[in-house]
Amino acid sequence: MLWEAFKLAILSVRRNVLRSILTLLGIVIGVAAVIAMVTVGDGTTQKVTEDLSKLGSNLLIAQPGRSMFGPGGAGQDNRSFDDRTVVKLRNELTGVRAIAPATTRAATLVYGSLNYATTVTGTDSQFFTAQDWTFAAGRPFSDGEVRSGSAVCVIGKSVSDALFAPDEPLGKKMRIGNVSCDIIGVLDPKGQGAFGNDQDNTVVVPLRTYQRRLAGNTRIPTIYISAATSDDIPAVTANTEQILREIRRIGPGQDDTFTVRDMSQIISTMTSTSTLLTGLLSAVAGVSLLVGGIGIMNIMLVSVTERTREIGIRLAIGALELQVLTQFLVEALVLALMGGVIGIILGLGLAGIAGHFMTIPFVPSLSIITLAFLFSGAIGLGFGFFPARRAARLDPIDALRHE
Amino acid sequence: MSTAPFIAFERVQKLYGEGAGLVRALAGVDLAIGRGEFVAIMGPSGSGKSTAMNILGCLDTPTGGRYLFAGADVTSLGRDERALLRRNFLGFVFQGYNLLARTTAVENIELPLIYRGTPRLERRERAIEALHLVGLKGREHHTPAQLSGGQQQRVAIARAIVTDPLVLLADEPTGNLDTARSHEIMELLTRLNDERGLTVIMVTHEPDMAAFACRTIRFVDGHIESDTLREAA
Repeated sequence: MLWEAFKLAILSVRRNVLRSILTLLGIVIGVAAVIAMVTVGDGTTQKVTEDLSKLGSNLLIAQPGRSMFGPGGAGQDNRSFDDRTVVKLRNELTGVRAIAPATTRAATLVYGSLNYATTVTGTDSQFFTAQDWTFAAGRPFSDGEVRSGSAVCVIGKSVSDALFAPDEPLGKKMRIGNVSCDIIGVLDPKGQGAFGNDQDNTVVVPLRTYQRRLAGNTRIPTIYISAATSDDIPAVTANTEQILREIRRIGPGQDDTFTVRDMSQIISTMTSTSTLLTGLLSAVAGVSLLVGGIGIMNIMLVSVTERTREIGIRLAIGALELQVLTQFLVEALVLALMGGVIGIILGLGLAGIAGHFMTIPFVPSLSIITLAFLFSGAIGLGFGFFPARRAARLDPIDALRHE
Repeated sequence: MSTAPFIAFERVQKLYGEGAGLVRALAGVDLAIGRGEFVAIMGPSGSGKSTAMNILGCLDTPTGGRYLFAGADVTSLGRDERALLRRNFLGFVFQGYNLLARTTAVENIELPLIYRGTPRLERRERAIEALHLVGLKGREHHTPAQLSGGQQQRVAIARAIVTDPLVLLADEPTGNLDTARSHEIMELLTRLNDERGLTVIMVTHEPDMAAFACRTIRFVDGHIESDTLREAA
């Protein structure tokens, strides 16, 4: 009986192709919007997560000031961290893999007749652990080099390619601004960063070298802390905050004059825009689905009226109320599911095209596709019920007389 | 001819409206029809013959009296119970054929079997058999639009008898047909009555057609005015 009802429904849709398609439009648009938005949103999140995780695993970033990216705001205590901060953190924090101070500025590299613009970071050897850098050649700084502030540096792949290719850069001397230094290591490439930046366009020098020869001060604007495991992140964050408050003599009840963030916070900040957009478009999609449902109800009512005589015949020859109800419910269900399937395909297509242009990965979510399919079915059943019941309750005598 | 009452009306009433607008479509009708009879029901419009047919066909219920079908009181059955009764024991033929459009002859004939839950192959076999019985061999896959009126009515008769009903109810089955076609339909009904012992109850306003029946019941103003048996030829 269900199979017969299904065949009849297909037949009925095929007899009114244009009408069926127009009816489905609301559901198609609603489902397509949801699928496209969620797929693009998931892709964005995945890309941001992947990019940020290249910065280092279980990474916390401590910075002075309260704003997201570095110091800002008048009247704030924007004092940088210093060597003592790093020493104290290293002495007191547990559950960490690496703690690295870092200070960064733009600089021009000179080698022979070639110039290259890059960013220089002053830090110590734990930096490479904290940010998950591995070495293509050479070695990190020795403790002696860090202590004495030797003129040595480690370069990224892009710098190596730009200034030295096809030669081997190890052992060569280049200038960072006015400072000449020996290249002792080359990093493995990481590729593009979360902000579209080239992470491999970098030069790393010992902190003391940076402070004495490039910056002329001892400020440390950033401290990277790598927690041993992701489970350690909350405790390490809390302890870091506690230690920093002690160092900066912040009394109880006073606000922090620094921030400690982990990657998940940064990711959620960066994806909040796309989350908001997804929410808004989901609301629009919801309205579209509602309109689609009403469209189905409307067309089913038309169909019931048009086929009153047919219903009368069916009832006269012994169709039960439930059998007629089932027939029209299945028809509404088939219509709605067709809309859902078309919408899913369309939405995935749109997400694929958008993802191609936005260079984000295509991440179709099986759960949202299943949900969209079931939801469109539910719309069919929900909005099809009233017309189907009307059909089932027709009086066979009146229905047979209907012209 | 007539045996113990197979179908019986006991003081059957059908009233519509109330107060001044009260209409007595059937004003207490007694009627007994035996198994295997071929009955013609005649009468002017508004005489109650269509109401009587609807009640006989379990499409409608009386407002008073009792309707006994094969010894069982079916007066106050619910919608679905009446639908089951129609499905299992009754066959309908209408003036306007009432075939499903854009549906082949065989599919139309299969329809009542679908609601009975008959398996597909058996359904197809029985439908084709019924189609051959009404003399439309070779028209299996014609749609109503591709068939003449007489042929459509034959398909409708095939649909009515495919379930092997006890009673065939025909409401002006020749109303839309010319004389030659009408005679063919009547001969078919007579043959079904003779060969299969099918009880046939037919509403008609044409005496020519009524003459094919063994018995003619004439309704006037909600009463039976006359009930005559055909003299043996």
